[in-house]
Amino acid sequence: MLEIHDLRVRVGDVEVLKGLDLVVRRGEVHAIMGPNGAGKSTLAKVLAGADGYEVTGGTATWDGEDLLGLEPEERAAKGVFLGFQYPVEIPGVSNAYFLRTALNAIRKARGEEELGAPAFLKLLKEAMAFLEMDDSFRNRFVNVGFSGGEKKRNEILQLLVLRPALALLDETDSGLDVDALRVVSRGVNSLRGGEHAVVLVTHYQRLLDHIVPDRVHVLAGGRIVRSGDKDLALQVEAHGYADVGASA
Amino acid sequence: MSDQAIDEHLRKAYEHGWVTDIESDTFPPGLNEEVIAALSARKGEPRWLLEWRLKAYRHWLTMTEPSWQKPHHEPIDYQSISYFSAPKSKDDAPKSLDEVDPKLLETYEKLGIPLAERAALAGVAVDAVFDSVSVATTFREELGRAGVIFMSFSEAVKHHPELVKRYLGSVVPIYDNYYAALNSAVFSDGSFVFVPKGVRCPMELSTYFRINEMNTGQFERTLIVVEDGAYVSYLEGCTAPQRDRNQLHAAVVELVAEGNGEIKYSTVQNWFPGDEEGRGGIYNFVTKRGICKGRGSRISWTQVETGSAITWKYPSVILKGDDTVGEFYSVAVTANRQQADTGTKMLHVGKNTRSVIVSKGISAGRADQSYRGLVRVNKGADNARNFTQCDSLLLGDRCGAHTFPYIEVKNPTATVEHEATTSKVSDEQVFYLRQRGLSEEDAVNLVVNGFCKDVFKQLPMEFAVEAQKLLAVSLEGSVG
Ligand SMILES: Nc1ncnc2c1ncn2[C@@H]1O[C@H](COP(=O)(O)OP(=O)(O)OP(=O)(O)O)[C@@H](O)[C@H]1O
Ligand SMILES: [Mg+2]
Repeated sequence: MLEIHDLRVRVGDVEVLKGLDLVVRRGEVHAIMGPNGAGKSTLAKVLAGADGYEVTGGTATWDGEDLLGLEPEERAAKGVFLGFQYPVEIPGVSNAYFLRTALNAIRKARGEEELGAPAFLKLLKEAMAFLEMDDSFRNRFVNVGFSGGEKKRNEILQLLVLRPALALLDETDSGLDVDALRVVSRGVNSLRGGEHAVVLVTHYQRLLDHIVPDRVHVLAGGRIVRSGDKDLALQVEAHGYADVGASA
Repeated sequence: MSDQAIDEHLRKAYEHGWVTDIESDTFPPGLNEEVIAALSARKGEPRWLLEWRLKAYRHWLTMTEPSWQKPHHEPIDYQSISYFSAPKSKDDAPKSLDEVDPKLLETYEKLGIPLAERAALAGVAVDAVFDSVSVATTFREELGRAGVIFMSFSEAVKHHPELVKRYLGSVVPIYDNYYAALNSAVFSDGSFVFVPKGVRCPMELSTYFRINEMNTGQFERTLIVVEDGAYVSYLEGCTAPQRDRNQLHAAVVELVAEGNGEIKYSTVQNWFPGDEEGRGGIYNFVTKRGICKGRGSRISWTQVETGSAITWKYPSVILKGDDTVGEFYSVAVTANRQQADTGTKMLHVGKNTRSVIVSKGISAGRADQSYRGLVRVNKGADNARNFTQCDSLLLGDRCGAHTFPYIEVKNPTATVEHEATTSKVSDEQVFYLRQRGLSEEDAVNLVVNGFCKDVFKQLPMEFAVEAQKLLAVSLEGSVG
């Protein structure tokens, strides 16, 4: 379970999160919406441990353990996964090699046995087939020359291979064509139920048509200002943020 | 020099009490014609070779050390160096691993090198632990069946004098440069490879298999010849740092490829680079040159350099025959106080000659690195083509990278392309990788390895894997 209490975060001189509360249980999918610049990506990045964000107050725990004091890789080993709004390019490193290195780093940190090349390849091929990705993406360099949509799909490939306990997906839907949206949603839905908690940051209802959220939150002015069921998203879509009590 | 004069020298040497010194394994420091004569006599060399050495020495005396290159170093006192030490002398080698610098041993451990090999690399007398003699013999038999000659330079002088005489100095003449002239005068030993017409050498050749001859280091001489249609891949050095007490290294490597012959020469060089303050490292001044003599021949240099306090080297290719190809793939890492001045020269002489240069420089700490590349297209080199890619990667804000491309084109049909980039390991990249579970150090290493991909893929598989590990070890502590 992810529990965030009164989280306050500064970026430079600006206080971006001003006392944010959020609870996401395993097995649930929550959507976070909110106007541009509200602090959605900041929240995701702070939970993942990015540099440059100063936590000035509050707590964030996963299964009761503090997250904020851990290094990014330690959080990854605990199952925290951030699907980046802007995935990063790593020239010269093949997607397959990168993913295997990542998976084995996490397994090792957990005291699990590393996965050999053949077993990994099988896993990777299955995940790629599930996401209707061309084989060539295995040996292409991580995100290099990928289109916007391909980068997002590649994030979901990583999600499927790593199968994290807590997935924070930051605008994974933006830039996707209709078919990609369907495929990506299928990927996320495969984590539904059971042990995984999913937080979707999105601007669009169309994603939530495919991945129906258990809860929807509106983040504005550095706080969660409204929470509700899936109908809240429809309300935002129809009437904008002002109407749900959030000034853009 | 007349035979009489040489005899005169030898006698003089004798008079001056050389005989006792010659009996011992190491000459006292100092360099003059007597020393060279004694060295040559000690090795039982033919007269022509001694004359050749003396000619080089006399020319060297008229030369001055090059001063145009970027690295700075204390002047070297050539009279304080000893110019002969019997290869198998164990007098100054550590007797056991306990006597070896613990830092070096720690590095071997990280590289995953077996204990016996660690001992060998550290210069511990290895005959007992590592059966290098039988390893060498096995290889020699297999090579012998294929007709390949692979032996130490001294042995080649004895067993194949006509081949040595024909090719020695044919690519790097004694007048070439200061260090080459010095090497020609005093070279101690090295490797000799000859692959006859039409033969594909059945295995990768490596000095590593001749580990017993590793102490020949300081003024090493290597000569590799492939005849028409022959092929060889040669790996120089090994991927672990070597304990070495010689401060100055002035090696010469000559490659000759006849028609349609091909030589791939790979180096993973990791001399002790000196400590964080730059103390105790090696000065590596090397002349490496190949000639694509016959039509359609091909020479490719691949190097991964992480060692030395100061490196100064420019493997080059003379593209003499028509339709010949020269390639240079290089990764150079400088960390701490290291300085490196490397690059290549591609000299297009024949028609339709092609050259490719891929240079990847990585600087960390307060290191300084220069790439210096010369591409020359002669008048008669119709349709010559060169492509140069020169990339620098910086770790931190206190290191430097400089590129100096020199392009001289005397033929209007030539195409010469040069691309250069400088980049940093970005915080975004490191965070992305750490978010996926990699430690900060592994994240940086992955980015660095990706940067080197185009060069690593030129190396034989096991070498590439070791080169990656080596890079990780070299950059350790440079992160953050
Ligand atoms: N590194 C930074 N330097 C300066 N300001 C920053 C930085 N990161 C975030 N901010 C500011 O913090 C605020 C929140 O940014 P954040 O990226 O979290 O918004 P968001 O809700 O994800 O918006 P969007 O919907 O446009 O993605 C913005 O005003 C942004 O300009
Ligand atoms: Mg955002």
